[in-house]
Amino acid sequence: MEFHILGQQLVNGLALGSIYGLIAVGYTMVYGIIGMINFAHGDVYMISAYITAICIAILSFFGISSAAFLIIITLIVTIVIVSLYGWSIERIAYKPLRNSPRLAPLISAIGVSLVLQNYVQVSQGAKTQAVPTILPGVFRFGTETDFFQITYIQVLLVVVSFASMALLTYIIQKTSLGRQCRAVQQDPKMAAILGINTDRIISTVFILGAAMAAIAGVLVTLNYGSFDFSVGFITGVKAFTAAVLGGIGSLPGAMLGGIILGMSESLFSGFVNTDYKDVFAFSLLVLVLIFRPSGLLGKPLVEKV
Amino acid sequence: MIVGKLKKIVPLTILVAGLLSGAAVFAADAIKIGVAGPHTGANAAFGEQFWKGAEAAAKDINDAGGINGSMIELVKADDACEPKQAVAVANRLVDNDKVVAVVGHFCSSSTIPASEIYAEANILEITPASTNPKVTDRDLKNVMRMCGRDDQQGTVAGDYIIDKLKATKVAIIHDKDTYGQGLADATKARLNEKDIKEVLYEGLTRGEKDFNALVTKIKAADAEVVYFGGLHTEAGALIRQLREQGSKAVFISGDGIVSEQLVTAAGGPQFVEGVRHTFGRDPLTIPDSKEVAEKIQANGYKPEGYTLYAYATTQAIAEALKNAKTTDGDKLADWLKANGANTVLGKKEWDEKGDIKVSDYTMYVWDKDGKYKMEE
Repeated sequence: MEFHILGQQLVNGLALGSIYGLIAVGYTMVYGIIGMINFAHGDVYMISAYITAICIAILSFFGISSAAFLIIITLIVTIVIVSLYGWSIERIAYKPLRNSPRLAPLISAIGVSLVLQNYVQVSQGAKTQAVPTILPGVFRFGTETDFFQITYIQVLLVVVSFASMALLTYIIQKTSLGRQCRAVQQDPKMAAILGINTDRIISTVFILGAAMAAIAGVLVTLNYGSFDFSVGFITGVKAFTAAVLGGIGSLPGAMLGGIILGMSESLFSGFVNTDYKDVFAFSLLVLVLIFRPSGLLGKPLVEKV
Repeated sequence: MIVGKLKKIVPLTILVAGLLSGAAVFAADAIKIGVAGPHTGANAAFGEQFWKGAEAAAKDINDAGGINGSMIELVKADDACEPKQAVAVANRLVDNDKVVAVVGHFCSSSTIPASEIYAEANILEITPASTNPKVTDRDLKNVMRMCGRDDQQGTVAGDYIIDKLKATKVAIIHDKDTYGQGLADATKARLNEKDIKEVLYEGLTRGEKDFNALVTKIKAADAEVVYFGGLHTEAGALIRQLREQGSKAVFISGDGIVSEQLVTAAGGPQFVEGVRHTFGRDPLTIPDSKEVAEKIQANGYKPEGYTLYAYATTQAIAEALKNAKTTDGDKLADWLKANGANTVLGKKEWDEKGDIKVSDYTMYVWDKDGKYKMEE
């Protein structure tokens, strides 16, 4: 096996894994606090792809062509708007069902997911949409013919993924907000008695999760250049898988799960067979769950007395 | 008292009954034809081609007096290119809408299961676009098509790779769908026949966006040509990632990428330059079809890909209904197979299986502005 091909497959896996990880972090945040899967998360990511395209179109219209400026403004605008979506989803689909059986908010989140998909399909059309390439360029390693490469966007993706994960971990572990989050996670009723506004904390967690989806939406859209109203589904399923693999509820676990999933898909597809890469990736998931039911970095469930 | 009330009710009842029967007469008067395809979903661009073509044809036929005085009414049916949904909408067209014929479906994987429903109900189905051989190879009398077959298309592509490009290292990629894999297999069969063994044969997953691992594998195999059996959404992403990784392999596909949406899916015209695909001879070289195409264009829609095929399909169905004077699917099909039909694509004739007799696949090439034209 030639070295540059292996190198390229590792880069492919790392880039893909970062994408999964970035979205998985959003799943795992929400799960960590309220113990529920936000099935609308993939669709929030899809919404941010649309906002990215609209934002880039408007900025380009005003003649702004600096890539760094474009990306930063787009990120800020997208995070703000998509956070609003995250907050509204919590208000509409979770808050009224706070004291219902666990299944109820799950179903209502699936409902939100369907509403978002169809709303975008009707308002924006079912067609594929594209964004222009605003950050072309690659780092190449090796000789003229035998090289492996990583594009600037992929570098950005990997860096931002790890940075976001680190920042969120810091917030959860070290800040006052994080302490309140952990308190709500451990015992919402007790936290409320001790003066924590649990509703506000849960809202904040949804906003943080949506912001992660927004960052992913911007960078992934710039990476692949095109999207449609249904992109949230497959990416969402894969990212959810990554979160479960890494141990749902654990932020570093989501990132680790993403990278493992991305790498295994990439390496299996590259060196064995593309047709069966999903079979391989999901078999891996099953194996991990057999031996570590709470995922790689997940804490085993301890029955509270 | 009661008599007084009755007096009021009776005329009202008569009036209502009159209205209802009037509606019934009107409904019987319209001839319903289903237009089935992916009107939503990732492949909605193709559904739009169908609808715009059929709509224009129905309008022109109705303006010219309809079918023996009855007007055509089109019924839109969305299968989203999903086999399960295709069966559901086929049942709806048959049971609820009571259509007499169907223009559709698009994806072969939808056309095949849906055609079983139409066969059971004995309704004529003509697909403008499904090219998989199995569509007409199952001895269903009522199923016909307006396009060629993938074995013909694959032969043209295979010969082009060998004779024109003189390539020997060919990677064959498909999307694991009936159409995509069927087409890829047909091309592969032709290449193998001429003693060229593909360097790679793999399937990707529809709906995914990241094919980088596959692209690296294609590069590692040193392919000069990438042949792809599939639709424009995946083709666009695949082309982009090939070019991003610096591959200069010639990208060839089939009729599944005939939509300028390919440019959008790839994220810019710079990526699609030099891409080739097989498709029927450009209908715009026929004077009649040029006129129709200009009329559709004047309504703000570019009649690309299968638009005129849907127009022609609607015409053929109308001609059969007009002359065979029946709605029996088998009899309509028999009439078309015996007499042929004059369509916007020229005179079309069918063989016993329901395939058109003369297929005219030819190679198209995309330029740097994201347009495609027939290669000289």
